[in-house]
Amino acid sequence: MTSELDIFVGNTTLIDEDVYRLWLDGYSVTDAVALRVRSGILEQTGATAAVLQSDTMDHYRTFHMLERLLHAPPKLLHQLIFQIPPSRQALLIERYYAFDEAFVREVLGKKLSKGTKKDLDDISTKTGITLKSCRRQFDNFKRVFKVVEEMRGSLVDNIQQHFLLSDRLARDYAAIVFFANNRFETGKKKLQYLSFGDFAFCAELMIQNWTLGAVDSQMDDMDMDLDKEFLQDLKELKVLVADKDLLDLHKSLVCTALRGKLGVFSEMEANFKNLSRGLVNVAAKLTHNKDVRDLFVDLVEKFVEPCRSDHWPLSDVRFFLNQYSVSVHSLDGFRHQALWDRYMGTLRGCLLRLYHD
Amino acid sequence: MPGKLKVKIVAGRHLPVMDRASDLTDAFVEVKFGNTTFKTDVYLKSLNPQWNSEWFKFEVDDEDLQDEPLQITVLDHDTYSANDAIGKVYIDIDPLLYSEAATVISGWFPIYDTIHGIRGEINVVVKVDLFNDLNRFRQSSCGVKFFCTTSIPKCYRAVIIHGFVEELVVNEDPEYQWIDRIRTPRASNEARQRLISLMSGELQRKIGLKVLEMRGNAVVGYLQCFDLEGESGLVVRAIGTACTLDKLSSPAAFLPACNSPSKEMKEIPFNEDPNPNTHSSGPSTPLKNQTYSFSPSKSYSRQSSSSDTDLSLTPKTGMGSGSAGKEGGPFKALLRQQTQSALEQREFPFFTLTAFPPGFLVHVGGVVSARSVKLLDRIHNPDEPETRDAWWAEIRQEIKSHAKALGCHAVVGYSESTSICEEVCILSASGTAAVLNPRFLQDGTVEGCLEQRLEENLPTRCGFCHIPYDELNMPFPAHLTYCYNCRKQKVPDVLFTTIDLPTDATVIGKGCLIQARLCRLKKKAQAEANATAISNLLPFMEYEVHTQLMNKLKLKGMNALFGLRIQITVGENMLMGLASATGVYLAALPTPGGIQIAGKTPNDGSYEQHISHMQKKINDTIAKNKELYEINPPEISEEIIGSPIPEPRQRSRLLRSQSESSDEVTELDLSHGKKDAFVLEIDDTDAMEDVHSLLTDVPPPSGFYSCNTEIMPGINNWTSEIQMFTSVRVIRLSSLNLTNQALNKNFNDLCENLLKSLYFKLRSMIPCCLCHVNFTVSLPEDELIQVTVTAVAITFDKNQALQTTKTPVEKSLQRASTDNEELLQFPLELCSDSFPSHPFPPAKEHLESASSNSGIPAAQRDRCSSWIELIKLKAQTIRRGSIKTTVTVEKASPVGDGNFRNRSAPPCANSTVGVVKMTPLSFIPGAKITKYLGIINMFFIRETTSLREEGGVSGFLHAFIAEVFAMVRAHVAALGGNAVVSYIMKQCVFMENPNKNQAQCLINVSGDAVVFVRESDLEVVSSQQPTTNCQSSCTESEVTT
Repeated sequence: MTSELDIFVGNTTLIDEDVYRLWLDGYSVTDAVALRVRSGILEQTGATAAVLQSDTMDHYRTFHMLERLLHAPPKLLHQLIFQIPPSRQALLIERYYAFDEAFVREVLGKKLSKGTKKDLDDISTKTGITLKSCRRQFDNFKRVFKVVEEMRGSLVDNIQQHFLLSDRLARDYAAIVFFANNRFETGKKKLQYLSFGDFAFCAELMIQNWTLGAVDSQMDDMDMDLDKEFLQDLKELKVLVADKDLLDLHKSLVCTALRGKLGVFSEMEANFKNLSRGLVNVAAKLTHNKDVRDLFVDLVEKFVEPCRSDHWPLSDVRFFLNQYSVSVHSLDGFRHQALWDRYMGTLRGCLLRLYHD
Repeated sequence: MPGKLKVKIVAGRHLPVMDRASDLTDAFVEVKFGNTTFKTDVYLKSLNPQWNSEWFKFEVDDEDLQDEPLQITVLDHDTYSANDAIGKVYIDIDPLLYSEAATVISGWFPIYDTIHGIRGEINVVVKVDLFNDLNRFRQSSCGVKFFCTTSIPKCYRAVIIHGFVEELVVNEDPEYQWIDRIRTPRASNEARQRLISLMSGELQRKIGLKVLEMRGNAVVGYLQCFDLEGESGLVVRAIGTACTLDKLSSPAAFLPACNSPSKEMKEIPFNEDPNPNTHSSGPSTPLKNQTYSFSPSKSYSRQSSSSDTDLSLTPKTGMGSGSAGKEGGPFKALLRQQTQSALEQREFPFFTLTAFPPGFLVHVGGVVSARSVKLLDRIHNPDEPETRDAWWAEIRQEIKSHAKALGCHAVVGYSESTSICEEVCILSASGTAAVLNPRFLQDGTVEGCLEQRLEENLPTRCGFCHIPYDELNMPFPAHLTYCYNCRKQKVPDVLFTTIDLPTDATVIGKGCLIQARLCRLKKKAQAEANATAISNLLPFMEYEVHTQLMNKLKLKGMNALFGLRIQITVGENMLMGLASATGVYLAALPTPGGIQIAGKTPNDGSYEQHISHMQKKINDTIAKNKELYEINPPEISEEIIGSPIPEPRQRSRLLRSQSESSDEVTELDLSHGKKDAFVLEIDDTDAMEDVHSLLTDVPPPSGFYSCNTEIMPGINNWTSEIQMFTSVRVIRLSSLNLTNQALNKNFNDLCENLLKSLYFKLRSMIPCCLCHVNFTVSLPEDELIQVTVTAVAITFDKNQALQTTKTPVEKSLQRASTDNEELLQFPLELCSDSFPSHPFPPAKEHLESASSNSGIPAAQRDRCSSWIELIKLKAQTIRRGSIKTTVTVEKASPVGDGNFRNRSAPPCANSTVGVVKMTPLSFIPGAKITKYLGIINMFFIRETTSLREEGGVSGFLHAFIAEVFAMVRAHVAALGGNAVVSYIMKQCVFMENPNKNQAQCLINVSGDAVVFVRESDLEVVSSQQPTTNCQSSCTESEVTT
């Protein structure tokens, strides 16, 4: 006796959250059944393995049918085939678009292309995430990217509208899309200590302040690209380190203000010029795409690492960066105050976030 | 009444890409009704076209309005080649033809293609203007309402219940026409869908005409079926009950009239339970009692049993109500006379209803059924489907005579079915013989005199259990006792019926689903030889199914079956029998005895040990079941009940031969032989298997109950969460071990595993009950068995669940009853004495007699004698609001649905798709139905030539059933409804050819589209528009895109 056909169709589509997770995680039916058995469900319910197998198959089939709709979530809301309560629809979408931290760190900033897709094998091996799940996550990134790429207006809003994601997840996707578009390097060894959250935080600040949309949301450009003009202007900041008088003045202003307030004052004093040169040079280099990509590498090399090697506590870093930014306002010879604030305001936020072990 | 049909095509969405180059579609729409076709403009390059067409107007007569479906075809325009069809929508406009139903059909319909399934949606608006026309020769029957619901619909009142209406139409099946060889599968499928749609329209119209002739205005319990007879054609047939219904004026009224005794029970002309005090006469003489107690008394016992008091099923002398015997006779005669006058003029006094207004059902006689095996031949003249008509007429005649033999003039809970394999067809009909209150059957209801008697009449709640036949003239042997409730009238020891449990019946504990499952191998044969083989097998199957049911019922410690449905399915090389029913313990019937096992060779020590082991297991199971289903009937002391009177068998024989019952019925008691009832004899391995299989049925996990009736006896506090589902399984038998035993085991496992899976899947709903569990078996190929289950899971509130059982127990404590320990015995070969048919002789005889009578030479005929069941009684006088009617049911707290919305769903909370509930029940828990919008009756075919790509057979069928649900919901929503009640999947024919990567499936579903309002909303909103959307879960805000 073999089962040729075995289906269950409810008027309200049954969604089992646990099975959904297993499916999203890319387990085969057999593996999923084994995992469910291990969870002790048989003992709880008195069911048999055959029942579990049939149940799992059913759910997998349903998810497979739903997957097409999940690719365009508004379709899931309007379709008539599966009657699913709104809360369940939200859960299906949210979980489908959720991603693994380990995975996203691997592809963050990479071009979402066929080439990268080929590397998924390696990523799967490295992270222990099933290839199937990697593919789903990668395709999600790519799909969102494609849809919002050419769109005007707020990136987060666009994502939310077209994919019906929660605010939190939409912001994460905005970061992913932003990183992919600007191809920021995140994979270098010295950046490994950074989490996706760190990058997402920076991405949000940059989207808010450094893109075209940031200046004028009516502009018919979008959040994805950095404001070219702004990057061009950043060259003007070079004077802060190139003009020796200005640099000395800046240093003395900062030192005066921080004397006695900083545990690492002497180290700061000794390193000020290096640090300042680093931060300003990063700004000046952003005209080149290559250097834009290396932004995070540079920040870590030029600022985070020196401070860390001198064991600056985070509070001191904060005091320093605040004072460092503010003091520029007192430099009479410096004319680019607004530009400086736009640059340094964001950079300060990023650096504070990046500064940890 | 000719009319003007107006159609507007608004827009489409989610269309498939038809042009690979542009990834877009140039769609337009053809709207066709009858022979007229209109087209919209082509909407270029869009997957979401906005046609916004003008109103297309069709001027048609109402005959066409009833017969024809509106056919909407969406196509992709192609300049150079033929336009490609995207898909179609068929809209049945019947609901627009009667005034109280829908006024407009408007909404998104899935665009369906028989090869690709659903491909996007189309927004359509349909209206009808009817002109009055008093032509009395009209062929249409616009205005007659149709209901699938097998009870009086909730917002109506039955003025008169006229009776049985039936009709059938036949045609050639397009799939088998010569043209099918040259046309595409799509064209063939569409021809079929359209033809069936036409035929059902025609059928409905014809039935409507009959109703008008009877001066009715509605058909309730409308059941339409298709017989796919292959080469010989396509038959669409329908049965129903014609009624005159009155809409209840106040839609907000909480109590549906049919449940409210005060409204309905104006008169109970035949009160069978006169004031108890008048019966205080002394004990009747033993002699008198003898006449009505037929007991398989002790003296016949081959097997010694442990208790001397056993078999006290029949009343002992000295019962307080001895006078019943005296009074019962004349009274019944009177009743019979009166009812007869009401029913006499009817050819078939049948009713497809399964639930009735209070007072309608006076007595129930038991199940009557008839089957006949026919050989199909080509239908030569579709306009005169006389053969098929004659076949059914013959079966109905037989049913009628069975009912007569039971002293009944009517058959309720009546249904008909067929099973076809190649050219052999088994026609089956079954129902419950009953005596009805003629008041509902006649015109000119007596309004005046009766109000006053209402209240005092209520005590007749056990009345339906009382035997309708004369105990002096019993049609079959039965153990009779005095009713455990009123003590006045006789009741049988078990009662089988096809109806729902009457709402006022007193039940102890809860009910449960009981199934008998059986397979029999048969040799492959052709034509007549095949029909003969089947005919010969049928009586054995009926017999065994019955035995199984009886054993399982006893094993559950229950004494009555409701909703009994026995399905016999014929395949190439086997017959399958599946009986489903809901077992309950009726307080009015005696406590069922246990089951005793007897061994053939009592001297063998180890064998005996084995036997006693089995016996212990059985006893344990019974005890466990009693606990599980909370069956704790009151102890009744022996003296009150009286002891059984040994009735000489001769005597009952004699009486029976005097009765006018038909041959079959008379033959029944041959089966009784000389053996004791209720002994399972283990004399060979087969019997051993049977006993084992008895014990293998696992009860549902805790928190689950199941039944196949509308509601679960003993549970009355439903909450509003419901989940309707369909589950299909097909297994392939390995051809090596095809023995009856292996087959039985496979089949049994299949059903049990299916149930287990259901329990597992629905575990999140606990505590809940699977209601209206409907199993259908088919044998699509040699080694394939297909089981389809449709049911609804309803949650209930556990905390209130207990109260029901308490009261009756206390109340009845002072009553007497037979000793619980008593053992009823019956031999395996004979089954219970209530089994009326003799399994052996009838086949041949009938074969000959029937075929000689009928003048249909090709048809091989046999009737299996129907078997007839006994009736039961309900005990207990009135507890005020005890087992409750739907009224209480609807009071359930409105928790359910609300729970699972609004969690963390920011943008999704607004769905534009309204929720449509589907349920096989006639009501929605926690809600009130305010409007019936019309009948939904849809037929779909789906075919694929890329089975593997669609996920194999499971993927294919899963998607198809989901699509069918979607299309039903869309039609209901377009009518302005939010639920389908009395939903049924009447057919699910699945064929596959994996080698060719092909599969095909046909599905036919029906139900009543309704508008319902949550009771919680009703209370709040009360007067303001009850028709609008009331579901808590469908917040109708627009989605922002």
